[in-house]
Amino acid sequence: MSNFSDIYQNIPVEAWLQQSLDTSERTLESILRKGRARSPADFAALISPRGANYIEELAQHSNKITQRHFGKTIRLFAPLYLSNECVNICTYCGFSRNNEIPRITIPLEQVVSETKLLANQGFRSLLLVAGEHPKYVSNGYVEQCITQCLEIMPSIAIELGPMETEGYIPLVNAGCEGLIVYQETYHEPTYKAIHPAGPKKNYAWRMNTAQRAYAAGFRRLGIGALYGFYDWRYEALSVAAHALFLLQHCWKAQLSISVLRLRPAAGSFTPSQNYLMSDKDVTQLVCAFRMLLPHANIVLSTRESPQLRNGLVRLGITTMSAGSSTEPGAYSDYDESNWSPKLEQPGEQFHIADERSPSEIATMISNQGYEPVWKDFDQSLVTSSE
Amino acid sequence: MTKSLPVEPLIIADRKFNSRLLMGTGKFSSGKIMHDSIEASGASIVTVALKRASLSGEKDPFADILEYLDAEKYLILPNTAGAMNAEEAVRIARLAAAAGLPQWVKLEIHPDPNYLLPDPVETLAAAEILVKEGFVVLPYINADPVIAARLQDIGCATVMPLGAPIGSNRGIETRAQIEIILEQARVPVIIDAGLGAPSHTASAMEMGADAVLVNTAIAIAEDPISMAKAFALSVQAGRVYYEMGASRVTKMAEATSPLTSFLD
Repeated sequence: MSNFSDIYQNIPVEAWLQQSLDTSERTLESILRKGRARSPADFAALISPRGANYIEELAQHSNKITQRHFGKTIRLFAPLYLSNECVNICTYCGFSRNNEIPRITIPLEQVVSETKLLANQGFRSLLLVAGEHPKYVSNGYVEQCITQCLEIMPSIAIELGPMETEGYIPLVNAGCEGLIVYQETYHEPTYKAIHPAGPKKNYAWRMNTAQRAYAAGFRRLGIGALYGFYDWRYEALSVAAHALFLLQHCWKAQLSISVLRLRPAAGSFTPSQNYLMSDKDVTQLVCAFRMLLPHANIVLSTRESPQLRNGLVRLGITTMSAGSSTEPGAYSDYDESNWSPKLEQPGEQFHIADERSPSEIATMISNQGYEPVWKDFDQSLVTSSE
Repeated sequence: MTKSLPVEPLIIADRKFNSRLLMGTGKFSSGKIMHDSIEASGASIVTVALKRASLSGEKDPFADILEYLDAEKYLILPNTAGAMNAEEAVRIARLAAAAGLPQWVKLEIHPDPNYLLPDPVETLAAAEILVKEGFVVLPYINADPVIAARLQDIGCATVMPLGAPIGSNRGIETRAQIEIILEQARVPVIIDAGLGAPSHTASAMEMGADAVLVNTAIAIAEDPISMAKAFALSVQAGRVYYEMGASRVTKMAEATSPLTSFLD
């Protein structure tokens, strides 16, 4: 398989971006008549400044396409942070190695007990997250976490430091089915500037992670950009190109795209005012992704406000997290009755914006005429018994 | 609901079913609406993705899809959605039977999670194993007459060719192939997937399909209950038309100058 990092070098993202900025009403109306974005050029038009004038039409299309392929349903999952140990310096991340925060890798028993707490809240789909640290977040540890959590959770995905295919194979064999990896920014000079030290410096290596994971047998692949480092349209066009590449080359994997904006975190980083992305931009982007990629899951996390999350339920997203903490071990100190933290969370990766409990989120989804789906996969159905 | 039209029952593996409309259970906005829609449809057979159900043997309020379906009233037909190959599909079928569901299976194997098109190679391999184990196997297939014939050869109880990709609501785009499957069929043929309007299901029944399976078009309708009734009526109407032999009207035009008058 060719590497996306090589292909990407020849993709004219700047030209697409210019084309997007120059989009005419005629172009937009012709795409809206078709009801689908059939190419990156169509997608560029849909995310254009002029496209914002057609936001209601975009939303109507996105709503219908999403219902056809996913029904009136929203899948729910919970992240479980295993460790905030990290060897990287990422200027925007709370876990960055030069930040003075309490460092912890939670022991296996606590991973299991927190997984039980999340299962009690209703979750049947778990995302294990950790900083990148070969000593604390070793493969053996993660493998044990997967094996033990599977006793409680039927579906497990990971979001860890990128590995070689060989490193992923034992995790797949242990029963992990999904892998999430965000490029953060596809704009290489910006990427280099915000990742000054650690293995994450390697831009191309990170970009090809999803392919290496596919080769190891993951069934679900999640990609995305973290909007706020560079022009959001540039990032979105790059994510679209990456998604189209993965659909061709990793055709057996269910693709998911996360739409994430930068959040405040420990350290001195403040998002640049030049690259702010408004709620309306996010909405336009979700609808445009849907019109380009009708079958992709679109994920919206608790980084976003309750108002925006409520609004996007019917507009194209398929998957949501709820009641999340980004601090390893924090769930152990949650008040189970209303699922809220009882303690400060000084070691969190970033602070979430939607603090509602899982049951409140489920009620919100039901109230919009959608079914909250807690369980949609069961590893035990596909694991061979030998 | 409107009184049913008199049509012959559907017989699969010696079991008689009054309705020729099979229902899926995905994509509904709630368990209650799914329940009410299925009831309104008059369906006798309802298929469920095992991946959404609790497999522990204990009730799970967060995976309770089976709780909404009365096993006395419907044949609950477990399906193997999520299986990417024969091994996984066989495993799912066995687990469903072990969980107390009927030893029937809607065999669907789609390695491509986007269009959910069935893998014929893996489907044939899985069907062979499951038939030998005593399962009543209803395989979801592309509208390929050869795979349909081969699945019948190994003892499948029906074949379920698609009209168009799942969720596409595009109707019977595989008509020419389905006509061949119907012509050669030794078991009931159920048209599955892509049927998005009552005219599509009526058309399938007029062609001589033994039954149809509908899910998306009903589940995402603004009023799923009324839509379920509309599909039920269309299936009956199409069947009545077929049973009266009207579909066998000649397609050939009458020649204006007969070519065989020399025989007179």
